[in-house]
Amino acid sequence: MKLDAKIPSGPIEKKWDKYRFDLKLVNPNNKRKFDIIVVGSGLAGASAAASLGELGYNVKVFTMHDSPRRAHSIAAQGGINAAKNYPNDGDSVWRLFHDTVKGGDYRAREANVYRLAQVANGIIDHCAALGVPFAREYGGLLANRSFGGAQLMRTFYARGQTGQQLLLGAYSAMMRQVAAGTVKLYPRREMTELVMKNGRARGIIARDLVTGKLETHAGHAVLLCTGGYANVFYLSTNAATCNVSAAWTAYKKGAGFANPCFTQIHPTCIPRSGDHQSKLTLMSESLRNDGRIWVPGKKGDKRAPGAIPEEERDYFLERRYPAFGNLVPRDIASRAAKTEVDAGRGVGPTGQSVYLDFRDSIARKGEDKIRGEYGNLFDMYYQITDENGYKAPMRIYPAPHYTMGGLWVDYDLMTNVPGLFAMGEANFSDHGANRLGASALMQGLADGFFIIPYTLGGYLAGNKLEDVADSDPEFRQAAGEAEQKFKLLLSARGRKTPSEFHRQLGGVMWSECGMARNEASLKRALVKIPGIREEFRENLVVGGGAEELNQTLERAGKVADFIDFAELLVRDALERRESCGGHFREESCTAEGEARRDDAGFSHAAVWEHAGEGKAPLLNKEALEFEHIKPSERSYK
Amino acid sequence: MSDNKFSVTVRVWRQAGPGGKGRMESYKVPDVSPDMSFLEMLDVLNEDLVRRDESPIAFDSDCREGICGCCGLVVNGDVHGPDEHSTVCQLHMRRFRDGDVITVEPWRVKSFPVLKDLVADRSSLDRIMAAGGYISVNTGAAPDANAIPVDKDDAEEAMDAAACIGCGACVAACPNGSAMLFTGAKISQLALLPQGKPEKARRALAMVEAMDAEGFGNCANEYECEAVCPKDVKVANIARMNREFLLGNFLSKR
Repeated sequence: MKLDAKIPSGPIEKKWDKYRFDLKLVNPNNKRKFDIIVVGSGLAGASAAASLGELGYNVKVFTMHDSPRRAHSIAAQGGINAAKNYPNDGDSVWRLFHDTVKGGDYRAREANVYRLAQVANGIIDHCAALGVPFAREYGGLLANRSFGGAQLMRTFYARGQTGQQLLLGAYSAMMRQVAAGTVKLYPRREMTELVMKNGRARGIIARDLVTGKLETHAGHAVLLCTGGYANVFYLSTNAATCNVSAAWTAYKKGAGFANPCFTQIHPTCIPRSGDHQSKLTLMSESLRNDGRIWVPGKKGDKRAPGAIPEEERDYFLERRYPAFGNLVPRDIASRAAKTEVDAGRGVGPTGQSVYLDFRDSIARKGEDKIRGEYGNLFDMYYQITDENGYKAPMRIYPAPHYTMGGLWVDYDLMTNVPGLFAMGEANFSDHGANRLGASALMQGLADGFFIIPYTLGGYLAGNKLEDVADSDPEFRQAAGEAEQKFKLLLSARGRKTPSEFHRQLGGVMWSECGMARNEASLKRALVKIPGIREEFRENLVVGGGAEELNQTLERAGKVADFIDFAELLVRDALERRESCGGHFREESCTAEGEARRDDAGFSHAAVWEHAGEGKAPLLNKEALEFEHIKPSERSYK
Repeated sequence: MSDNKFSVTVRVWRQAGPGGKGRMESYKVPDVSPDMSFLEMLDVLNEDLVRRDESPIAFDSDCREGICGCCGLVVNGDVHGPDEHSTVCQLHMRRFRDGDVITVEPWRVKSFPVLKDLVADRSSLDRIMAAGGYISVNTGAAPDANAIPVDKDDAEEAMDAAACIGCGACVAACPNGSAMLFTGAKISQLALLPQGKPEKARRALAMVEAMDAEGFGNCANEYECEAVCPKDVKVANIARMNREFLLGNFLSKR
């Protein structure tokens, strides 16, 4: 596999400008002759479709939902970062770049991160212009807040619904293009195959989820904006239908999958209540601005939280990380909670949670102020747990939330498969081994609004693309493969449902490859997962037919891909014998139990290459160079 | 965690496909935990149906935290169930008792045809959005975000309207099947913000026209829409829509 990141030469501040200048342009009148396939309509997909439509490209957008507005970006709560420096607290493009590289534990590509920080300000401008109702001060200007992992106030927000408001902004911009005729929507469609011709991505096979019919769609480029794979853990904060299938299909067609073991566990989720649980609910970590996290100092202390006196409480984050306290990055906060719970100091009926306490901030600011800032989160907590967070501390526990790994992309956001681009959470590029709070929204919109409009044009203008038609044999063959896949799933006559397999897989992933991993646990997982796959083949039950709305069949397809993908994730975790960011290898830690990176051995992106069914995948490496932000120990003490 | 399990019977609308005839069917669900969400109870029932080689009940849901707007069921006659200002995915079984018979139906609205069982087609709402639910600004053209101050109260009111999740509950609850709360919320949000003002007349006219073309009814003045709205979007938005529509008619150069 050839990995050319295409990082432009020259000083980092000038790279993007120079690169954009060097890119070939598509004549405005020719743009409509190019068919662009966008899979997924979250922040990355909707913003890409909108901006490409504005330029005049002929865009087709595919979403598995009934409406593009349902994509899981909608659920992001906390905010979006930019280096506007409106609060005058010392922010700059350089500092946002620095924080993102450091926050990612030095496993991201400097040039990409710098560009992200550079274009971030434009996102805020554009979203304000699109009518996103950001929080404002009385003077009418935008409000900022500080957010997990940042020591300054660079986060813009719209109450606790920032993702919703940004997605609706991007969606509305896209709907404007639908009206203009440049974007055509294909809702309730699932991409089932990527179609290749002469080594290039030239289309997809999509299944109409209502009729079950397979459709062929040809185009000049395919943009995968299909989100992350946290549902490989079954229980995660992702929506029920989030999946890895589109990316997995691309991987099987030759796209490299980078750093799958970089998964983020979010510290402030509502704990699990029982086996029936279908998902975990995240509460924005903005709660950590005012809530204090603690456990009883004594193991097995069953007293009600209010009955535990101050001196018998252990505010473990404030104790261990005095400089950042409750605002340490997500990976650190999550692991610290796990340490307390594993030591028997967890609280609640399961003992699998820690307190998040607003008593002091309510005393300081008043309940009304707290309600104004976090009311919707307290309501959500009440609805799910039947407990009042204003009166007693909330209980939280970490849950899988975001995945930094994804399809390998170059500076153009193109995978190693020509014509196949990956954007937003679906790619691997900007967050390294750990994503900072409020950076996912920034990246999704940066990719779609401000990067792909340029780099896609460069690809289209710089390559001679032959005509393709969806009657070409490549399409017929891919459609045949897709049909076969569904036939196989439906032919199983076993006793276990797709969800049961998913739960089983998730259990293995969480216990053997979750917040902490070691060689033995990972090797156990590599035995258990093929066992699940084997049983899946023999003992699956789906029912119904292929040519109808069949949600069990949809789930079966996703679970099948998750099982295969899980093995790659574990393999990557096993291969990376260092701790960095969200990837914590117990063998690689300091005497105090903090993560220890191994820059000599692992300062690279691990890019996995499909070698064929039943064969071990091949590992390729993209070495990471740090010219500007010298790797240092990521200390938040 | 609770071991106080109980059992309920659900009476569910079953319909094989678009345009087909449907019927109510009853299913017993044993071992319901009060901590389960309502949709998790349906998941458990569906798992059983699949194992018994019966057809599971199709329903839409995704985020299960009340924000994506996918889910939408009528539970015992209540749109999104008995809890106020909530989506059905946030409804928990602790609201029910042992032996309860629970009736579950899809949105019953002419403009939301049922595709299967409890799954309705709400693409008509997307078409209303395409008619004008946006501000016409191209990527890259925006001035600095702080170049245009926005009155904080207006921004807050715009946010109240923008909180709409597009679930369609307002339409399902309206005796006339009106989409005026949905449409009014978007028109309000954008009319309140200075960025949206230049095209507010055009927008109001186009969105109202699209709403009518999709076959949604007129406001019934029952305020049922506000009562069931998961995000508590206010009927005042309908009044603003009507104002904007009237003004638009006066000012329109069309």
